[in-house]
Amino acid sequence: MPNLEVKIKDLILKNPVMTASGCFGYGEEFMDFFDISCLGGIFVKGTTGSKREGNAYPRMAETPSGMLNAVGLQNKGVDAFISDIYPRIKDIDTHFIVNVSGSTIDEYVTVASKLNDLDKLNAIELNISCPNVKEGGMAFGTSCPSAIAVTEAVRKAYHKTLIVKLSPNVTNIAEMALAVEGAGADAVSLINTLLGMAIDVERRKPILSTITGGLSGPAVKPVALRMVWQVAKAVKIPVIGMGGIMNAADAIEFMLAGATAVQVGTANFIDPAVCPKIIDGIEDYLIRHRINDVNELIGVI
Amino acid sequence: MKKKLIQDLLVVENKILSEKYFILHLQSPTPLPEILPGQFVQIEVKDSKNTFLRRPLSIHDVDYKTNTLKLMVQVLGEGTKKLSLTKQGEYLSLVYPLGNSFSINDNEKALLIGGGCGIAPLLYLARHMNDKGIKVTVLIGGASQSDILEADEYRKYGEVYITTFDASLGEKGLVTQHSIFNAPTFDFTRIYCCGPEPMMKALARIAREKGIDCEVSLENMMACGIGACLCCVVETQDGNKCTCTEGPVYEFKYLKGW
Repeated sequence: MPNLEVKIKDLILKNPVMTASGCFGYGEEFMDFFDISCLGGIFVKGTTGSKREGNAYPRMAETPSGMLNAVGLQNKGVDAFISDIYPRIKDIDTHFIVNVSGSTIDEYVTVASKLNDLDKLNAIELNISCPNVKEGGMAFGTSCPSAIAVTEAVRKAYHKTLIVKLSPNVTNIAEMALAVEGAGADAVSLINTLLGMAIDVERRKPILSTITGGLSGPAVKPVALRMVWQVAKAVKIPVIGMGGIMNAADAIEFMLAGATAVQVGTANFIDPAVCPKIIDGIEDYLIRHRINDVNELIGVI
Repeated sequence: MKKKLIQDLLVVENKILSEKYFILHLQSPTPLPEILPGQFVQIEVKDSKNTFLRRPLSIHDVDYKTNTLKLMVQVLGEGTKKLSLTKQGEYLSLVYPLGNSFSINDNEKALLIGGGCGIAPLLYLARHMNDKGIKVTVLIGGASQSDILEADEYRKYGEVYITTFDASLGEKGLVTQHSIFNAPTFDFTRIYCCGPEPMMKALARIAREKGIDCEVSLENMMACGIGACLCCVVETQDGNKCTCTEGPVYEFKYLKGW
């Protein structure tokens, strides 16, 4: 059997397949469909300092080979995560990684430091790329100085593996990746959704209540793959790739482009049992190509 | 928590009711999980270029003896159009059963109201209630006679009243204008409804005036159907809630602005 284990700084993943934030709930929603402990990791929903209701309905528009969402970080807040959700998931044998979001640097720092104290959580993903909130989110991730400022501040408060999730809505994503690497990030994950919109021509109105939203699904995959390749060439820290992965071949493409691991997002909505199929598919691929270690795929291109 | 499945079901029959409506009769290869009235499925539409997500469809009827279920569907877009072309012997991928259910209480006097294809979940509800000895009355509304679907099926479980906007069948007008609401004998304790939102909102207003309960089944756009994406939310007295997990059935008073 080939080795599937990969490392993101101190985080040892049993395989490179993880689920993307906002696409897999807290994992519990998928337990009827498969044993979620088979996953390399689970990135849970974007978590903020206090409870958020998110944006008004409609928050979703189906688009060719993808979808737009404008959920806007609806979540119960970090304290509710720690008191209600963490006790339920902490003993599941996979890595739970909280996606940390906020409107201000102080909010990011508060959430990160609270999560730092949780024994069973060994990493966070800093979300400086949410396109669906008025303050913070993507605003931090689209300029180098603010990305550096938030990453440095969180780095001081968080002592375990710090992953920074990058926005594709920039001119030069490699520059952003280098900036957060310099500010202390242990890894980068990309891409968050691409800013887009959809219009109902019969009603002559935007479909989303927020007019614009984040595009995900296979429609964004070529863009995501190109960005992962550019970033992997630029930085020394591990890259976690995502954007429209629907099957094992897609996941392998990201690894060949330079990703150490991947996140599966929108595909979970169409097939809630897709992740174990992707894991098995990667293993089959390695056997078929007589490759003993999945790490040999990383950055071949 | 009841078990949800992802499964390929055999198409036993695709009953075409008209150009606009059809009923898929699907068989599971294994014993069906427990399915409650008001629950729905997420169905995959294969080979439809612009249909990326599954389509949420309410469960029309269930037969545990043959492990079959029925979905009554209206052709609304490319996805449902493609589904309407499904042939007997094909397989369709379902994620099911999803969502909560209509409440079923002893001694209820139930008025079931469906607008157009919105009557879909009410057949299984009517049968469930019948089995529990609850008296059922059904009111079906549609634009025209061709929008009144399978009325005879509903007659098996109770009295059926009909309204059509063009007076081609039953009383003329909207369901809310049916004479049943002004009859001195009106003694229903709860309305169960599914259909266009303006219809359900109007029925909620009637329920409020009469001081009775009213459960509405929402049809919000969904991505995942299992509470992960948070796209299908509705504003409730307790904030935004997922229609796919905490709905689709809500007591109207719980919804904000109803």
